[in-house]
Amino acid sequence: MAVSATVSKSALSLDGAPRRLTHLRLLEAESIHILREVAAEFERPVMLYSVGKDSSVMLRLAQKAFYPGPIPFPLLHVDTGFKFAEMLAFRDAMAREVGAQLLVWRNEAAIAAGANPIALDTRRCCGLLKTQALLDALRHYNFDAAFGGARRDEEKSRAKERIYSFRDSAGQWDPKNQRPELWNLYNARIHPGESIRVFPLSNWTEMDVWQYIHEENIPVVDLYFAKERPMYVRGDALIPTEQGFVALPGEQPENVKCRLRSLGCSPCTGAIRSDAATLPEIIAELIAFRSSERANRIIDHDREGSMEIKKREGYF
Amino acid sequence: MAALTSNPFSIGEFLGRERQKDLLRFSTAGSVDDGKSTLIGRLLYDTQSVYEDQVRSIQGKGTTAPGQIDFALLTDGLRAEREQGITIDVAYRYFSTARRKFIIADTPGHEQYTRNMATGASTADAAVVLVDAGKGILIQSRRHAYIASLLGVRHLLVAVNKMDLVGYREEVFRAIESEFAPLLRRIAEDTGNPVEMAFIPVSALAGDNVARRSNAMPWYNGPALLEVLESLPASEDRHAAPFRFPVQRVVRPHRSFRGFAGQIASGTVAKGSQIVVLPSGKTAAVTRIVTWDGDLDHATAPLSVTLMLDRELDVSRGDLIAAVDAPPVAARRVQAALVWMDQRPLQRNRRYLVKHTSQTAPARVAALAYRTNVGTLEREVASTLELNEIGLVHLDLLRPMAVDRYADNRATGAFILIDPESNATVAAGMVTATSPLDAADLPAQADPWGRVTAAEREARWGHRGAVVELNGPAEAIDAVERSLFSIGAVPVRLEKDEEAFLLHPGLLPAVAAAHAQAGLLALVTASNEETRLQARAEGRGIATETAEPAHMVAAVHRLLYEAGILISAERAGL
Repeated sequence: MAVSATVSKSALSLDGAPRRLTHLRLLEAESIHILREVAAEFERPVMLYSVGKDSSVMLRLAQKAFYPGPIPFPLLHVDTGFKFAEMLAFRDAMAREVGAQLLVWRNEAAIAAGANPIALDTRRCCGLLKTQALLDALRHYNFDAAFGGARRDEEKSRAKERIYSFRDSAGQWDPKNQRPELWNLYNARIHPGESIRVFPLSNWTEMDVWQYIHEENIPVVDLYFAKERPMYVRGDALIPTEQGFVALPGEQPENVKCRLRSLGCSPCTGAIRSDAATLPEIIAELIAFRSSERANRIIDHDREGSMEIKKREGYF
Repeated sequence: MAALTSNPFSIGEFLGRERQKDLLRFSTAGSVDDGKSTLIGRLLYDTQSVYEDQVRSIQGKGTTAPGQIDFALLTDGLRAEREQGITIDVAYRYFSTARRKFIIADTPGHEQYTRNMATGASTADAAVVLVDAGKGILIQSRRHAYIASLLGVRHLLVAVNKMDLVGYREEVFRAIESEFAPLLRRIAEDTGNPVEMAFIPVSALAGDNVARRSNAMPWYNGPALLEVLESLPASEDRHAAPFRFPVQRVVRPHRSFRGFAGQIASGTVAKGSQIVVLPSGKTAAVTRIVTWDGDLDHATAPLSVTLMLDRELDVSRGDLIAAVDAPPVAARRVQAALVWMDQRPLQRNRRYLVKHTSQTAPARVAALAYRTNVGTLEREVASTLELNEIGLVHLDLLRPMAVDRYADNRATGAFILIDPESNATVAAGMVTATSPLDAADLPAQADPWGRVTAAEREARWGHRGAVVELNGPAEAIDAVERSLFSIGAVPVRLEKDEEAFLLHPGLLPAVAAAHAQAGLLALVTASNEETRLQARAEGRGIATETAEPAHMVAAVHRLLYEAGILISAERAGL
């Protein structure tokens, strides 16, 4: 337990607690209930582990849900080949530490063919390296339920997403034909080939996630914390130097104190200028923020409703 | 960050305050015309819960006057919704104030979306019912109030909106209040769930009495909508209700640990608490309340914990652990209100699956007592429930279930119905009365040496025993026999013109009856050269053309299903 050796007792007092439970405790209890339901009702669940802050929270919740037993399903990381090196190292360390089986899936054919967001466009690149890879992996392992860390406050079409999101045999989402979802009674019945995407963090906000990480001392990738990093500076945008090909002729990186607000593929995840080097500073920065976390993600802005389109195609 | 250094803001204090926040869930319903989206947009905007890029992305779009933000675009997330300018599905919104966090279930208000309204209300502690001051109480507001009350939402906050358009006049507000208040009391009477109401005059557009009190209506001394939302008790009933704990999983990582994982549905449990496991009725004491963060001495709803007991009991997923002094009823038949949610109407006697707490079991709707007209609150005679209709049914459970009345306990009184064929969620159910498990109700379980009962035979064959008369061409009779056999039924053919039967006229009825008693389908057949097949069973009869075998076979199956011989429509291939 190297990474979370510092965690002895939750900062949220449980014992002898007043009858009123804090909102984080309520969210936690709801998420644990969802994780346990899925483990009980599906034959082959898997947890999509994207290495980001939401995945970190989801992983901690899974540890809590099945304690003192092990997490009863594997973790799956869809690696586009454009993930930051720090993310991959962190991923392997976390999987080792929690004792979970880690599966990594890459669309090797597309990667070998040189798929990248410049040569294609972001939508087609995402389609091949993320959506297609994800669908292939789910099919390959025959998973019937897949946890994702998506939250309803992230984006408009996600606000309408169910906690159990039904997908047809092609992995597609039909927003107009969703199952009603009442109380905490989730309908887990599917025909062979169909599957359910499960979102245990549906009701968490970005602020909840950071507060929980802070209260629970959950390890997150260092890229979230502000540091001097070499960046290509284009107007307001800071583009990581991780992938050399994004540079324009003659363009030189500058050292900028910055951090990543959400972790995606390096060419499509812009950094923000920031001095927030600790969790409380990140939370303080969040209060001052006036733009949503995905605003720095190029993929969501290609056109109106682009997230909905990606989700229909099988994206999380 | 600039704000951070220039302000006396302390992150430590902020986090301390955040730790004190609780959570309130409320639902809203209405159409764009009601100003519902404007109201929600106003709540989000005035509590600084919308990001600038989100506002920028909708500026200059939509249907409002130039320079005004069309808040509907913030909330309508699906392309079809933006294209049609309507809200189709439930959307969840999040905002917080200095005191608490809020989750809004934002639902469409039209009749065809009753099911979405019910979905939103199912987890809500409060409902904000919108009334347009200029239009008065519309069917939509009544429907929302009714659904909210039916789903057990105690606090109904009536926001009389667009007060700016009626000159902020008190008499307009009072007229609506004095008309709606008695109606809400009637609704509460009908649903059996107590309602507490508050009336607030607001203008979402101008921001009057939404997040802040307004000077525009000096005659109103009450709180703004947000103040009411901040002061409501959050999920108060859950703590007071007796302890209920549906077992989700048995946790057995090694031989010395056997625990039961679940989320406390209501009440409190402590180390040493005496509990009963249902439906078995076995009792035990709680020895440990286990969590990843360490053992607890006591735990309260809705915490997710793992319980260990002082003795080895046969406990599995679907069982309910409850306070020994106030256990729920193990029922085989319940009376329940249903909100029908599927395109295919309710079919009586069809097999559905009930999902209740952590268990799923087959059930049949034995009777439909009435359908409620939500507009008039009248109870109407009905033979079925169509999409979005509400009614009271008697539900037969094929396994006993530990249930409470929904009015007493939302977690253990709620269930959904699932169509086992399409897997769709077809209804939301709320238990209104239970009949306790008595000996006469029990299936012939238990006695390992006793006589085999009709119910056990029925359970095995999937149909009741019966005598079915078939007169028609031999090929047609063959086809019917084959079709019954292929759906798993057990047909036995008895030809009327067999010599033994012709010689002994009393023999055929006796043999047929013996087969029926054994739970089989005795087909008493007589072949002829006609082009029609006649079928009779238990006083019902049909005659059908044989030219189309598929049609003919389906007609016979329908007859047997309607006579209650074939129990399930889907197994009968209907």
